[in-house]
Amino acid sequence: MQVASMHFKSRASEKLADPHLRAALDGLKRRFVPGRAAVMAELDFEATRDAAAAIRQRALDHLDFFLELFERNAAARGTVVHWAETAQDVNSIVTAIAREHGVRKAVKSKSMVSEECALNDALEAAGIEVVETDLGEYILQLGHEPPSHIIAPVIHKTRDQVSDLFAEKHRTARKTDIEALTREARERLRPRFLDADMGITGANFIVAETGSTLIVTNEGNGRMATTLPRIHVAITGIEKVVPTLEDVATLMRLLPRSATGQSISNYVSVTTGTRAHDDLDGPEQFHVILLDGGRSTILASEVRAILRCIRCGACMNHCPVYQSVGGHAYGWVYPGPMGSVLTPSYVGIENALDLPHASTLCNQCGVVCPVKIPLPELMRKLRERQYQRGLRPRHERTALALWAWLASQPRLYAWITAVGVKVLAWMGGKRGTIARLPLGRGWTGGRDMPAPQGKTFRALYASKHTPLSPRERGRG
Amino acid sequence: MAAARDRILERIRGALGRSGPVPAATADGLLARMAQHPAGPRPAADWQPLARFRERALAASSTVDEVETSSAVPEAVAGYLARNDLPRSVVVWPALAQLDWQRGGIEAQARKAVAADAIGITGCFCAIAETGTLLQLSAPDRPASTSLLAETHIAIVPATRIVIGMEEAWALVRSECANLPRAMNFISGPSRTADIEQTLVLGAHGPYRVHIVVVRGC
Ligand code: SF4
Repeated sequence: MQVASMHFKSRASEKLADPHLRAALDGLKRRFVPGRAAVMAELDFEATRDAAAAIRQRALDHLDFFLELFERNAAARGTVVHWAETAQDVNSIVTAIAREHGVRKAVKSKSMVSEECALNDALEAAGIEVVETDLGEYILQLGHEPPSHIIAPVIHKTRDQVSDLFAEKHRTARKTDIEALTREARERLRPRFLDADMGITGANFIVAETGSTLIVTNEGNGRMATTLPRIHVAITGIEKVVPTLEDVATLMRLLPRSATGQSISNYVSVTTGTRAHDDLDGPEQFHVILLDGGRSTILASEVRAILRCIRCGACMNHCPVYQSVGGHAYGWVYPGPMGSVLTPSYVGIENALDLPHASTLCNQCGVVCPVKIPLPELMRKLRERQYQRGLRPRHERTALALWAWLASQPRLYAWITAVGVKVLAWMGGKRGTIARLPLGRGWTGGRDMPAPQGKTFRALYASKHTPLSPRERGRG
Repeated sequence: MAAARDRILERIRGALGRSGPVPAATADGLLARMAQHPAGPRPAADWQPLARFRERALAASSTVDEVETSSAVPEAVAGYLARNDLPRSVVVWPALAQLDWQRGGIEAQARKAVAADAIGITGCFCAIAETGTLLQLSAPDRPASTSLLAETHIAIVPATRIVIGMEEAWALVRSECANLPRAMNFISGPSRTADIEQTLVLGAHGPYRVHIVVVRGC
């Protein structure tokens, strides 16, 4: 997928002004947030997420060991394991498998890793027909749009927009009922499943002890793609490995609850190897592609905790910034807080300057993350790195340098802040609010700024505390 | 290919501050831990498994019926089909061919399911009370597609095979299967989607209905 993360600010303003999008995003707050909270109450959330974070961290701390173990166990069952260094490598591997085995038609279930690779474009360029089968992804493919959420990819679209799209592309009478729209998609896609030579999926986890891959779906398209076509290709990141099936059980208590507020997803499918000679269904070939694509670089960096991510989407559902601007503003595959950490790490921090700043650091994301990724802390680290590399705009750097100097001059600082507070209080007048702030129009453009009242913090502190004696000060 | 593999592993090791594989002692420790299959924290199982299974299956939009013995299954299935105005021609797992389907007036074909089949009947390896879930393991006489292609999926669940959670299901798989089957499918109710306006619709790509017949005594 093309990276457009440099345009966050302009896109975000555009999105804020879109009333359809606001209505669509309202669904997040109304359904996902309370839905998660209700079903999470069935668990001891803190204890479970401590365990989940430890499982993921243990896998990452010995990543090479578990990947090699996975490879050995998978190969023992006839699975072919491929290693891809880059997104382009994934595309070449899939295309080569397709060419070698005469694949003309492929069906896909939702895979964010394949979005990283822009796999569909590569397959189409190679003359292979590929159909997205997750309802949301199918709608996006029809409209040539990227997803705006990792779990609910068409969260930005209203039913009316889907009605128009189906009527135009399917050349059928326009339907407005959501059930009827869903049935229409089912009827369009069923023959595609039956016809396909290749099923392409992601993997939520890969299991080292058994050489299995696991996918979670509600629609059943993942099961179709792993059961019906003669070749199954699963594409996943190298970080997705977990040691045991018991680890899967722990993670599966958190993943669907965090993602959609379900205690379990409809289908959890664990596939190991190829069909036996007397099996009546199942693929004859099973390929697993393990993508690095920047992950080993993240593993070496200070934001490595992001690799624990299990792609549940809870951080974006709870993020006030995501809730306001939606996923497209973030400009790449992964939106919201996890995207603000991942995107700069994958595509280069100079190509996604605004993303680590697209957060109030309110830590809603950190509180809900089922694998305890300290997202605000990671964003702060990326901000620091931007500053150190001189990637922030001149006025920002000058302002920070000025402030740093001022903060190290206590007397001057006290004097200037005392004057500043008085000026602001005067500007606030009787109403005590400031409607227009010089240099702060971005802030006051949408709301009034409350004027400070009374004294500065330092003045208040000084009046409440007796100054330290010289001896005490010496100790401090 | 091999070069890509080696370079990726090398980068990972570099990131983890090593120049070679994990030391033998560490590897042994990791393998020993895996062999014990430690479980994580579990929600309290302060319920009776059958009652919990039923409650959770209903919550997942399955329907549940109970019979005393497996010989009563065909009639119970026939009753369900009649109540719901569904055809009496069904495809069953070859593993279930021996049931006396005719007794219920059901025309059962024991074979692999095809797209035209309206009703698919399966058993299950075990069922999970915690979440109202069925676990099916694929085998030559238990094809995976039977529970997937038909609009109505009917599953027979012996009450003795209802376990508490996914951990118990894994333990059962390990004790009863020499090799993992190709597919282990956990199924919790009819297929569904909420992609359009977060509005839940049953029957996305898989079944519209899942009906469970629990056999109490076996
Ligand atoms: S960062 Fe945490 S909350 Fe966000 S998607 Fe990943 S696992 Fe879920």
